[in-house]
Amino acid sequence: MCGIVGLFLKNPKMEPQLGELLSRMLSTMCERGPDSAGFAVYGSGTEGRSKLTLQSATPADDFGKLKAALAKDKAADAQINVNETHAVVSVPSDKLDAVKAMLASDYPSIRIMATGENIEIYKEVGYPNEVAKRFDLASMSGTHAIGHTRMATESAVTTLGAHPFSTGADECLVHNGSLSNHNSLRRELIRDGMTFNTENDTEVAASYLTWRMKQGMNLGEALEKGLEDLDGFFNFVVGTKSGFGVVRDPIACKPAVMAETDDYVAFGSEYRALAGLPGIDKAKVWEPEPATVYFWQR
Amino acid sequence: MRTFDLAQSPLRELNEELHRQTEGSNESKWEVINPRGAHAIAVGLDAPISVDVRGSVGYYCAGMNKKATVTVHGSAGPGVAENMMSGRVVIKGDASQYAGATGRGGLLVIEGNASSRCGISMKGIDIVVKGNIGHMSAFMAQSGHLVVLGDAGDALGDSIYEAKLFVRGNVKSLGADCIEKEMRPEHEEALTKLLADAGIKDAKASEFRRYGSARKLYNFNIDNADAY
Repeated sequence: MCGIVGLFLKNPKMEPQLGELLSRMLSTMCERGPDSAGFAVYGSGTEGRSKLTLQSATPADDFGKLKAALAKDKAADAQINVNETHAVVSVPSDKLDAVKAMLASDYPSIRIMATGENIEIYKEVGYPNEVAKRFDLASMSGTHAIGHTRMATESAVTTLGAHPFSTGADECLVHNGSLSNHNSLRRELIRDGMTFNTENDTEVAASYLTWRMKQGMNLGEALEKGLEDLDGFFNFVVGTKSGFGVVRDPIACKPAVMAETDDYVAFGSEYRALAGLPGIDKAKVWEPEPATVYFWQR
Repeated sequence: MRTFDLAQSPLRELNEELHRQTEGSNESKWEVINPRGAHAIAVGLDAPISVDVRGSVGYYCAGMNKKATVTVHGSAGPGVAENMMSGRVVIKGDASQYAGATGRGGLLVIEGNASSRCGISMKGIDIVVKGNIGHMSAFMAQSGHLVVLGDAGDALGDSIYEAKLFVRGNVKSLGADCIEKEMRPEHEEALTKLLADAGIKDAKASEFRRYGSARKLYNFNIDNADAY
């Protein structure tokens, strides 16, 4: 099954409410995906700096050591903010690769969930309401956010198997469905230099889009191409630094409903996810067409 | 009229109350407020009562309906009026996929658009859609009527049996074994009655085309044995 919620704000005045609105939307989709949950929030960024969202199974130990190491290295100019099993590390963008290399060599138990100027991704195994509460999603602000509640079908119930998946800077993807050609596509992408952390089908879709965008396509074009190359059931909701995209496979079995007002664009697996949004009674509400790319950019 | 507020009381209570109603019930008019996309609202009714739902509903609203009139003043999620037996279900907004699926009788009116698989495997239900319908509608449709004032999506009537399909707008493509058929006087008569029953005054039966089964998939054809 799985549940998806997404909110792309057009009205900057609503940005402080983003986390609160998304957590309410996510809460309506718990029974669609009770085994794990995750969300990507596009928050504030600082010119010239990048954020890494890190996750650890032993956060007290790993993040404690990392904090001390970063504090010692004044030249690294890094800030770290620990949130439960996750931590967001902000570094000057030109030092990003060095920090990534240091994490890989010195902290093998730390996983990178996302990197980018604005994106932060939090995901864990557990009932979605509990996951949202644990990371205090309701207090987060930003321009757009995507959430997912997972009922696993293709691969194990683990933190890394939860959505969203991020395979490129400020990119993320969530999925309701299952892909049937992900193994062959994964092999092709690996040959072309892409790397994978899981056996999960959704990670292949995320990686595919990143690969297409590396070839120079924008998100809309990459999604169009994905309709040709990805086989199976899918509703994808995709975020980039400034964009928000939606696409359904041609059979369109998986449920989807969207709403748009002057203030926002919203996606829900069901209308229940949208029912609490401000001004929903006057919103344009529609079911996205099969095999049609919807894409908003600020 | 009894008003039931789903923001105050649970759905199960509503459906239990509605199931308690019988022929000749004094409480024949019901209103449901704050549905907020909830699933299975007014499912399994079996009495000539009317239920007005103020707002949009989720999965399977008015499923298995018998005798009752259910009106949704909003849009409906997947499987509205699924397996309806008799009575009347009206959706003022749009309906999501497989509206009226497997329905055996009664009338389903969708005033907006219906999405994919509308009337899939219908077995006697009449469905009237004022807007458009999505792909794979009337798949394996066995009997009853599907009337569409707008356009139909891909693969209309794929593997259809004896349901009769009437479309006023364009049909994107016909499914396997579905063909356009002659509109004879008895079809115009049936269609005119359906339009009147659905309260539609701005459409004439003569503006529609009829589609149905070519009856070539009915029997096993030995020439196709290699395909299995």
